[in-house]
Amino acid sequence: MEKFKNINSTAVPMPMENIDTDQIIPARFLKATTREGFGENLFIDWREQSDGAKNEDFVLNNNLYQGQILIAGRNFGCGSSREHAAWALYDYGFRAVVSSFFADIFKGNALNNGLLPITVSPEFLNQIFKAIETDPKASFAIDLEKQTLICKAIDLQTNFEINPYKKHCLLNGLDDTDFLVSQKSKIEAFEAAHVIG
Amino acid sequence: MHKKTLFDKIWNQHVVSKIEDGPDVLYIDRHFIHEVTSPQAFDGLKKRGLSLFRKEKTIATADHNVPTLNQHLPIKEAQSRFQVDTLIKNCKDFGLELYGLGHPYQGIVHVIGPELGVTQPGMTIVCGDSHTSTHGAFGCIAFGIGTSQVEQVMASQSLLLNKPKQMRITIDGNLPKGVLSKDLILYVISKLGTGGGTGHFIEYAGSTIRNLSMEARMTVCNMSIEMGARGGFIAPDQTTFEYVKGRTFAPKGESFDTALEYWKTLYTEDAAEFDTEYHFDAADIEPMLTYGTNPGMGIKVSNNIPSSSHESNDASFTKALNYMDLQKGESLIGKKINHVFIGSCTNARIEDLRIVANYVNGKQKADHVLAMVVPGSKIVEAQAKAEGLDKVLAAAGFELREPGCSACLGMNEDKVPAGEYCVSTSNRNFEGRQGPGARTILASPLTAAAAAVAGEIVDVRKM
Ligand code: SF4
Repeated sequence: MEKFKNINSTAVPMPMENIDTDQIIPARFLKATTREGFGENLFIDWREQSDGAKNEDFVLNNNLYQGQILIAGRNFGCGSSREHAAWALYDYGFRAVVSSFFADIFKGNALNNGLLPITVSPEFLNQIFKAIETDPKASFAIDLEKQTLICKAIDLQTNFEINPYKKHCLLNGLDDTDFLVSQKSKIEAFEAAHVIG
Repeated sequence: MHKKTLFDKIWNQHVVSKIEDGPDVLYIDRHFIHEVTSPQAFDGLKKRGLSLFRKEKTIATADHNVPTLNQHLPIKEAQSRFQVDTLIKNCKDFGLELYGLGHPYQGIVHVIGPELGVTQPGMTIVCGDSHTSTHGAFGCIAFGIGTSQVEQVMASQSLLLNKPKQMRITIDGNLPKGVLSKDLILYVISKLGTGGGTGHFIEYAGSTIRNLSMEARMTVCNMSIEMGARGGFIAPDQTTFEYVKGRTFAPKGESFDTALEYWKTLYTEDAAEFDTEYHFDAADIEPMLTYGTNPGMGIKVSNNIPSSSHESNDASFTKALNYMDLQKGESLIGKKINHVFIGSCTNARIEDLRIVANYVNGKQKADHVLAMVVPGSKIVEAQAKAEGLDKVLAAAGFELREPGCSACLGMNEDKVPAGEYCVSTSNRNFEGRQGPGARTILASPLTAAAAAVAGEIVDVRKM
């Protein structure tokens, strides 16, 4: 995993609520056996109509909105546990997703792939949606060390929560597998002490 | 003293160590894998030069991509074939037994685990699939994980996890006639919403739950994720023990007796506290239908589509109704449908097939309806044939296919065409879930069977 770097970027607004992982990356694209290349099909059924024509209304097809930050309505990432959703967002170029509420598995998958999920209050979320509506080029700053998200255009700032262990992993580009493998002797001792099926 | 919940008991039993300010290292008893979420994990192991830490605790099958016709022939679609072949190769390379196509144990992961007796009370069970919560019906902490975590379990038989909050949903009373456990869980989800369980692990309790068969309990636990919960489970009882006893991989003889002694300690102590509690009355439940594009958008069959939803803003709600081509205030009864899908890890067990066969016996499906029945496993398929259900279904114009996930997510050829309605016993009605543009109405196997016969949505209680 790559180290998480602080972000200074404009953002892409997606105020829709309950965006599920089937929309982020539909099942028919899950047939790959590697982690790369999913960005091409990110939100594909919203980006394209059934005949392959571009859906001009969709925000990812609008050049006005760009950046490393996706801002989404509540309950983002619900549904299937597919990690491909996090890979697709990362591969497309997003490094952080901001919402008032994330589905659990998605949040874990994002953190395991260097994509930072930031939970903000519903009020804050509304304010930043408005800020982008007023100025699509409104810029944001995310500092993981300080756990702050700043919307420069309207001079609004919030702190966000993150598990200290996960923060450490993101900042240092460490993943859980390395850690767990290093715990092997503890795990073996646990097995020896517990009669578990 | 602090009273323990069932969740506390099983969780504490599996904590290898605690990280200060961080998650617990939790030991995993059983790991199910399938072709879609495992290849990148196997790749990761290879890159790190690791072997499978405990391969005897890993169970592999092919289910998501497989065709449901002519499974003895090579898979036609190249990418699906490649993914299934990759699983075969990975299992060979890592020395794992695979219940793949052609194996008598092959089937949907969440159907085969319980029927083979792999799933047992008190276990921690994971799989790279969100419906792993199904195994909770046996009193297991069972939940879906991402592919990075699949790799972690392969490498260490453990995961780094924060203990979730706990919720109890108690349902008391007798289910009314024509109401199945699928209706019960759709009802609960319609009340709590798709985010209502987020951050929680759910225990289902109460007399209604106690009176359910194991198959019906699995349907309830299966859909816990549709409320956003990490998982959902039911304390094991006599019904559970009898179901597990004698199954292929269940403990035998003295080991069974020892296991049983332990299983009997698996319950929530009186006065234990939950972070969140809900109570429902079974008498209030009716056959349920979804009208929108998430499982929380459900109504009783006798109700009309509401004019707003407590969990979606106006824009999201309108978008969903437009996608479904349905109107606010409309009743679903009489809505013409073209497809009926009976299958998936929610409702493709033998009991579900019996319910359908029993209803359609002597009846005919409507001419314009394609009715597909996809058993959850080879074992379910064989049992259905042994009981003659295949003949009853065929006589009624229903097609009994071979096992797999099928039209639940449309990764194989089994898709619903754009714009057409499908009454489905699966668990998700997301946009495009059953194929691009497909319109899914979730329902119980009984309601689905009745819709196939009538050619439109009906209230099965009046048939
Ligand atoms: S049947 Fe559907 S929900 Fe169940 S495991 Fe397969 S794809 Fe997932």
